[in-house]
Amino acid sequence: MKRSTKINLLIVLAVVLLAALPVVFGMGDHKDEPFAGADTQAETAITENDPDYEPWFSPLYEPPSGEIESGLFALQAALGAGVVGYMFGVKRTRRKLAPEASDTPDEPGPGPDPAAAAEGPVSVPGR
Amino acid sequence: MHIAEGYLPWEHAAAWGVASAPFVVHGARALTREVRNRPENTLLLGASGAFSFVLSALKIPSVTGSCSHPTGTGLGAILFRPPIMAVLGTITLLFQALLLAHGGLTTLGANVFSMAIVGPWAGYGAYRLARSLLDRRGGTMPLDVAVFAGAFVADLSTYCVTSVQLALAFPDPDSGFPGALAKFGGIFSLTQIPLAISEGLLTVLVVRLLRQSSRGDLIRLGVLTDARPVREEEKSK
Repeated sequence: MKRSTKINLLIVLAVVLLAALPVVFGMGDHKDEPFAGADTQAETAITENDPDYEPWFSPLYEPPSGEIESGLFALQAALGAGVVGYMFGVKRTRRKLAPEASDTPDEPGPGPDPAAAAEGPVSVPGR
Repeated sequence: MHIAEGYLPWEHAAAWGVASAPFVVHGARALTREVRNRPENTLLLGASGAFSFVLSALKIPSVTGSCSHPTGTGLGAILFRPPIMAVLGTITLLFQALLLAHGGLTTLGANVFSMAIVGPWAGYGAYRLARSLLDRRGGTMPLDVAVFAGAFVADLSTYCVTSVQLALAFPDPDSGFPGALAKFGGIFSLTQIPLAISEGLLTVLVVRLLRQSSRGDLIRLGVLTDARPVREEEKSK
């Protein structure tokens, strides 16, 4: 594996750990509602600071259930991820098809010669 | 960082709207100019907006025992400069306000100000500062560190602004603004620190992948300086 690929995998691992560890170590256990959204907590804090405050406008459309809401969030993430993935796909393909796009230092060289690949490191007995 | 619909007094909501509007208009101009003059960047521009879409849809648990989400605005600010992110961030916020009841139309001005204006500008500033300090070292390390700094600051500053906005609107009955700032800061900014680290790392990852797949684009955008002369035909790709 190339060094840059290793670093990229370590980055992904670090992000996963940062998100998973609070849950694994039960950092939400001291709360009535573990891992509630910060936005919701802010609403509660507003009510504490100003008990008389009444929101003067309500959302035009509210997802009728938590399921639908999480579905729409998934849709938002999927749309974004689709576009990002498409962009990387296009860029990669363009680079592969470009005749002289070998200006990247970490570009893999031409594939191994099939004839050379056939002669693997054969251990010859009696050497 | 989403101040819920109706949860800002109307004077505050209007003031933040007025403060945000010029940035968004200026950003819209910058965006149309970019698309018209450099159509070859459109794909990357779309991906920068999409990156913000993905990240702001992810609710990530944090050490404070609550969940929050990253903003994803650092990447676009670094690649295309902050004005363009004012528009792309606004689009993301509108989507969430209209479809997810997350944030709102009355609080859009305040939310745009934190996520699409202050975040990108602060992040861009951190990125430029880190580059000016590190670029002499050469290699790829300075870019990675600067991108991390930019995305981290863009994320965290967004949530600090939200805390200030809410503390201004809802001062603590006993301790006034400072007490409220500590309270909202505890809810938002503290929770956000590990998330900002995650966002920094993810943005570095995207830029590293871009460096492999679209080196020419990064050179054209001035993110990479090429030691080797770029051939004309590659520039036109």
